[in-house]
Amino acid sequence: MYKLTDVTRDYQKGRGTVHALRGVDLEINDGNWLAIQGPTGHGKSTLLQILGGLDRATAGTVELNGVDLGALRESKLTKVRATSIGFIFQTFNLIPTLSAQENVETALVPLGVHPAERRECAVQALAEVGLGDRAGHLPSELSGGQQQRVAIARALVKRPSVLLADEPTGNLDEGTRDEIIALLGDLWREHGLTLVMVTHDSSVARRAQLIGLMRDGRLQVRPAPAFAAT
Amino acid sequence: MFVTYLLRELRRRMRQSIFIALGLALGVGLVITVTAASRGVSDAQGTVLQSLYGVGTDITVTQSPTAGSGGPQHFGFQGRSSGSATSVSRDILASAGMGTLKSSAVTTVSAQKDITAAVGALVLSDVKLSGTFTPGSGGSGGAGASGASGGSGAFNTSSFSVTGVDPSNDSLGPLASGTITAGHAFTSAEANDDVAVVDANYAKSAGLKIGSTVTVAGKSFTVVGIVQAGQGVTESDVYIPLARAQALAGMSDEVNTIYVSAASASDINTVSAEISHALPKATVTTSSDLASEVTGSLAGASSLANTLGKWLAVAVLAAAFGLASVLTVSAVSRRVREFGTLKAIGWSSRRIIGQVMGEAVVIGIAGAAAGIAIGYGAAAIVQAVAQPLTATVDSAAGGSGAAGGGSAPGGPGGGGSGHAASSAAHTATVHLSAPVTVGAVGLAVLLAIVGGLIAGSFGGWRAARLRPAAALSRLA
Repeated sequence: MYKLTDVTRDYQKGRGTVHALRGVDLEINDGNWLAIQGPTGHGKSTLLQILGGLDRATAGTVELNGVDLGALRESKLTKVRATSIGFIFQTFNLIPTLSAQENVETALVPLGVHPAERRECAVQALAEVGLGDRAGHLPSELSGGQQQRVAIARALVKRPSVLLADEPTGNLDEGTRDEIIALLGDLWREHGLTLVMVTHDSSVARRAQLIGLMRDGRLQVRPAPAFAAT
Repeated sequence: MFVTYLLRELRRRMRQSIFIALGLALGVGLVITVTAASRGVSDAQGTVLQSLYGVGTDITVTQSPTAGSGGPQHFGFQGRSSGSATSVSRDILASAGMGTLKSSAVTTVSAQKDITAAVGALVLSDVKLSGTFTPGSGGSGGAGASGASGGSGAFNTSSFSVTGVDPSNDSLGPLASGTITAGHAFTSAEANDDVAVVDANYAKSAGLKIGSTVTVAGKSFTVVGIVQAGQGVTESDVYIPLARAQALAGMSDEVNTIYVSAASASDINTVSAEISHALPKATVTTSSDLASEVTGSLAGASSLANTLGKWLAVAVLAAAFGLASVLTVSAVSRRVREFGTLKAIGWSSRRIIGQVMGEAVVIGIAGAAAGIAIGYGAAAIVQAVAQPLTATVDSAAGGSGAAGGGSAPGGPGGGGSGHAASSAAHTATVHLSAPVTVGAVGLAVLLAIVGGLIAGSFGGWRAARLRPAAALSRLA
């Protein structure tokens, strides 16, 4: 469970200060799916990075399962990222020199998993996202949708409790977008994940339980209409 | 994963990796070449010094010449008030322009601590003068080769060098650097015999062989040995027992060079100081003193290897390290997204730095391997194309002490032999070798790895400074 209390994040930009987050309060229960929308430059990605322990709040507290992420040393925070949080990026961010299977394995390297077990887990994770037959392919040999599936497998192979997705369908065509969102929905349900997804796409956001609207660094959260209807 | 990732990354950046490795290889190769050339020059210097100085000799003790020193040197012409032309032929043995030390000095030196052995020698010149002269109206005998006033004559002079050596120790002294090619070296039993060992070159030019006789100061000496001087350095034309040389030169109980062997190389300076203390007026010369007096192309090569070569190697290495560092940092900067992603999925900074440094070290090792090959090749080329080097040392600096010293009262001319202050310059020729040693190869590998580590450190430092959020937001 996430609990954010009066979180602010300021950046120095030139001589001025950018207030990326202005007093954000947020609670996300375990297993919830929150979609965050809003105009570009209004703090969506900053919030996601703070949730993932990639960035620290200027003020306020960010708790994950009762642990204040802002108070953790970098090494502890790295461990939290390695064990509990999976990331998916708009540009997939696969290592270009490694095969699909090896890319998935990279998520298990910091956990000290034995190489043989690592390979087995990676193959299994790729099969789960429908890419069992592409394990040996390099990212350059895969389509955008397939690369995002590899990224999803990499995020989930370590069985995290939280999945953070930053515009996961932003670089995909409509058909592939629907496939990926359907896959994410299935995995979210199957694994009981807490899923936080930044998206510009309202059709994607409508699949979530909660929709947060970021504007000028402030967040308003409401239930998604479609989900509410179901 | 570490190795797989590392090798794939290097393969992806193959051209850049090869470029960095070649830069390091060039630096390393140059270090090996310069080290090999330095070693070769050092070996050549050692060889030359050994041949110039004598095998086993660490220190020589000589005496600066003073007026009148060097023994009586005169031809002994008797003056006449007038008369007809007279044929003369004289053969004398005179000091070869060096001061003398009492034989007891050898004992004094031997008594010092840390000395293995000390032997005395007497370096002389045999001067033959023959011709006719017509006495003038008298005049004092005297000094100078110019003769005296009032007389006239026509003389032919010839000379060769003679060294009196101590037969009791043939492992130290002027004969030690040579090789007996025929006959035998002196034995202790021959200490007072009229026997000679002749330099091979002199024997050839004078038509001498074993059993021949050579005339020294008017005495016939039987040739019992032919010696081939080390590195072609002729120390003396003829060697005779020390006691006979002293007697014939009228310098009994005198020597003009003491050859000293120290117990170990580290003792040389101490021994040198002890001898200087015991014989304050003597000139004590160590092999390193002599090395500094070497001139000729060998000295030039030494200077080239030790100054230009060394600095060139340092400059190329520094440039290679700099280049490797800049390119590695540049490569890390291009991989911001990659490292940001790895940090996001839980890779620690230390692991990422290790990956970057691992890549740099592998490049360094590849550079070392190529550098060793370059170094061996360049050293072989140096060895193949290097011209023979010459080394010249003035072995008998200083003069004989005085012109004349003659004592020919009333003589009309002729005068003393009067060796003017002379110095015997010995020249040796050596071929430069460029041996690549295990130490040099080890140093090269170490340098290349250090180069890799330096480059990797810069790259790792750059990677460690990446905040994952900043790295990822840069992509958005």
